[in-house]
Amino acid sequence: MPPSLPNGVPLAAYLGLSAILFALGAAGFLIRKNLITVFMCIELMLNAVNLSFVAFSYHLKQVDGHLFSFFVMVVAAAEAAVGLAIILTVFKNRSTLLVDEVDSLKL
Amino acid sequence: MVDLLLFAFFGGLAVICGIVMITQKHPIASALSLVGAMGSLAVLYLLLGAEFIAAAQLIVYAGAIMVLFLFVIMLLNAGAEPKPMRPSWIAVAVGIPAVLVMFAMLARLIASTVPMDSLVRFGGFTGGSAKDVGNAIFRQYLLPFEVISVLVLIAILGAVVLARKEMD
Amino acid sequence: MDFIVLSLLKTGLVAFVFLTALAYLQWIERKVIAHVQVRVGPNRVGPHGLLQPLTDTIKLLTKEDLIPSHVNKFFYLLAPIIGVSMALISISVIPFGPEIEIPFTGIKTYLGLTDLNIGVLVPLACSGIGVYAVALAGWSSNNKYALLGGLRASAQMISYELPMALSIAAPLLMYNTLDMRKIVEQQGAIKFGFVYSWGIFSYLGLPFVAFILFLICAFAETNRIPFDLPEAENELVAGFHTEYSSMKFASFFMAEYANMTTICCLATVLFLGGWYPPVEFPGVNYIPGLVFVFSGLMMLYHGTVNLVRARDKYTLPAFGIIFCGIGLAHFVPFLMPILVPLFWFLSKVLFLLFLYIWVRATLPRFRYDQLMHFAWGWMFPVSIGVLFATALLVAVWK
Repeated sequence: MPPSLPNGVPLAAYLGLSAILFALGAAGFLIRKNLITVFMCIELMLNAVNLSFVAFSYHLKQVDGHLFSFFVMVVAAAEAAVGLAIILTVFKNRSTLLVDEVDSLKL
Repeated sequence: MVDLLLFAFFGGLAVICGIVMITQKHPIASALSLVGAMGSLAVLYLLLGAEFIAAAQLIVYAGAIMVLFLFVIMLLNAGAEPKPMRPSWIAVAVGIPAVLVMFAMLARLIASTVPMDSLVRFGGFTGGSAKDVGNAIFRQYLLPFEVISVLVLIAILGAVVLARKEMD
Repeated sequence: MDFIVLSLLKTGLVAFVFLTALAYLQWIERKVIAHVQVRVGPNRVGPHGLLQPLTDTIKLLTKEDLIPSHVNKFFYLLAPIIGVSMALISISVIPFGPEIEIPFTGIKTYLGLTDLNIGVLVPLACSGIGVYAVALAGWSSNNKYALLGGLRASAQMISYELPMALSIAAPLLMYNTLDMRKIVEQQGAIKFGFVYSWGIFSYLGLPFVAFILFLICAFAETNRIPFDLPEAENELVAGFHTEYSSMKFASFFMAEYANMTTICCLATVLFLGGWYPPVEFPGVNYIPGLVFVFSGLMMLYHGTVNLVRARDKYTLPAFGIIFCGIGLAHFVPFLMPILVPLFWFLSKVLFLLFLYIWVRATLPRFRYDQLMHFAWGWMFPVSIGVLFATALLVAVWK
């Protein structure tokens, strides 16, 4: 860091933040037991990717990155609808949300 | 200067929310911290000149998707997770250095591909208004847009079928 | 520097006026409902109960701050904070009037706090986040009535957000922008030589249908009668705020009234021409002043010459003089460009708020399955139909 603060934020800082958030999401995905929380970790990862899309869009002065993150949002919405429906069905069948207990393929 | 302060504050908030999210035991706490992370990301989008995406982030992600999560958590009355198993010492001994190495490689990659003097200032890019995004969607990206609408339709049908299936 | 000082001043002024108005909105509601039901309403504190809001505020502030032992404390305290802040934020994007010049300074400024490119989306986003307040309040109270109320409220708000967004999208197709100020300025065009092209007057009156849909959704979004299932007192005690008391209860209350006001402002901006009068003719700018002076003179007449009730002996003349003063202020040349647009804007908002209260005093409550069926079976298809029809008209005419 130079002695005088820069007039703006380095692009690398945005990308680093995005990487940290993605890593947090991935870590949560691995260590959490609750199906819903695992699912939320995926959402955090998607958000992190969106941030780098938008940051690159700024860097390249093009709107395309915004479009990608828009599509990611739509896919996330679709995924949330189906995923939560699946979670509901799993809960109905086994009355548990813990990933470890949903381990038999056969009922 | 203001840019830097805002970035530091909301970026820090996002990271803190992320950490809280993966460490809290109760799903509702996790969901709310995820909403906090999404809100701070929306502010960062505004700083990057992505007005429409920031609004969509708040309306679609925080306002609709996460409410759905909250709703399901309340519906299933999901309680706190049981205590996790103590991680084995091999996992700790291998995992932490592996994560550090991964971050070092990532930092090296970012530093080598993105010039450090490329600064992000508020107002440096104004092509992210609803008009520009709309133009791009309905001209350049029309086909993906239509395809994704079909995807959403299928998702709706799938969700209805899955959630209505009677179990005995 | 000027910009910051001016913005701070404007924010302070709007916050003060808005919060006071919210307190008095409750007084207006009680009075109007009382008169609809042939009662008197609050009349003990101050003349005609005018100091009632003040005493209510003092009461709620000084009440014991009770936190039940079985609640989830953090979320229990967080919920009213989210609710009230989200409700108050969205007023900041509403334009109240055109660009004006502050008297004696020559500084030009817009009436309204800020103009955003994505202005219309901000209230939608705020109401989307506001759902968390209700859901969290219901869940964290650890009370079955509160939980049911919270779930009902969030399901209802999500369901009605959809037709609301669609009914907003229909006029947005005509205006071609999301900036609220530009939306209002487009409605300032004059048609047939005397009619302002308000949203509901243009495109064969099709936006009028969207306006009705928007109003219905607005009632549901703010959890008001006939859609106040979340706090149906004979089923759920008080719904999601059963366990709340003192200032925390007051914040939910304030959030409800703030949401009502904001949504009425939004309807005014999108459909009712913002700060423009309905028709244009020479001297239309004198109408607001004349209305005030006329009602002031009427109060003076009934307070002095034609005194019906003895207790009006002092209040009516006093208010008559105040109203005359406000009316005369509308004629002062340098105040006129500020006050007249504000008059039209506020009168439309107040009319819509009166509609809210009127409906509350008139209609019974829906059943919950009727409410949901109404949202998905009627509102949703109709608003999609209106959107398509508007799109067709816009495509043909533009």
